[in-house]
Amino acid sequence: MNQLTLLEAGESLENVTLSPVSRLDLIKYAGASGDYNPIHTIDEEAIKAGLPGIIAHGMWTMGNLAKLFTPYYEEGFIQDYKIRFQGMVRLDDVITLQATLANKTDQHLHFDVAASNQEGKDVIKGTVVFSQYE
Amino acid sequence: MLAHVIGKKSKPVKNVVERGAVKKFAESIGDLHPIFTCEETGKQSMYNNNIAPPTFPRVFDYGTIEELELPAKGLIHGEETFHYERPLIVGEEINCYAEVKDYYERKGKSGEMGFLLLKRYGEDLEGNLIFTEEQVVIITEAVRKEMMV
Repeated sequence: MNQLTLLEAGESLENVTLSPVSRLDLIKYAGASGDYNPIHTIDEEAIKAGLPGIIAHGMWTMGNLAKLFTPYYEEGFIQDYKIRFQGMVRLDDVITLQATLANKTDQHLHFDVAASNQEGKDVIKGTVVFSQYE
Repeated sequence: MLAHVIGKKSKPVKNVVERGAVKKFAESIGDLHPIFTCEETGKQSMYNNNIAPPTFPRVFDYGTIEELELPAKGLIHGEETFHYERPLIVGEEINCYAEVKDYYERKGKSGEMGFLLLKRYGEDLEGNLIFTEEQVVIITEAVRKEMMV
């Protein structure tokens, strides 16, 4: 499968929409990443911190977004991955992952990437540079 | 407030890209692709092995930067950047360390905020760079006040 190479500027990878965010998703990520900040798992702590309730780890969303590129590791790899965290992800939010090819050079594919919520607001946004093997 | 730690680094810590940790991490981001988890797929891939997802370096131990004491709560993660020379290979050993790249303060909507730029490094045992991770941590005025007490 050599699909990334065939992509033209302005074209997108197929969006992926995640299941509604669950507490178990965040407990699993806390365990797997070692980030036990309680605002991601315990309601009382989140509220004490001035939040409306527990929120997802920004890195959970960033980790999810990278999977749009996972099928293409035979073609190349993610050389640069830059994200700005723009909004909170709350329980039951439905997150959609998107990547659009902005431009390409001989070896590098420059993507604009984002994860948006059910209201269409970007919660994280950034860029991926995918480096292709020759 | 933290300007005195700019340039300080931690002592490198040896880490292993553990197979079990990679699988658990891949599962936690809903990305149980065989390139990360299936030994046979790894062997037949161009890497001759399994690789780790790009945000996996969160798992590593980077050591402690002396004099950098941050509160466990109240920090805001503003930006995150990974740079790779190549993917991380399952089973390999890497040396990891962290550095305070910058610290500055700005007036914002909610008072004076601190911006801390941390950079983390992963190198192979010969000292060749594999990845860097840069993190912008925002320290709000409320948290800064607590830190100054």
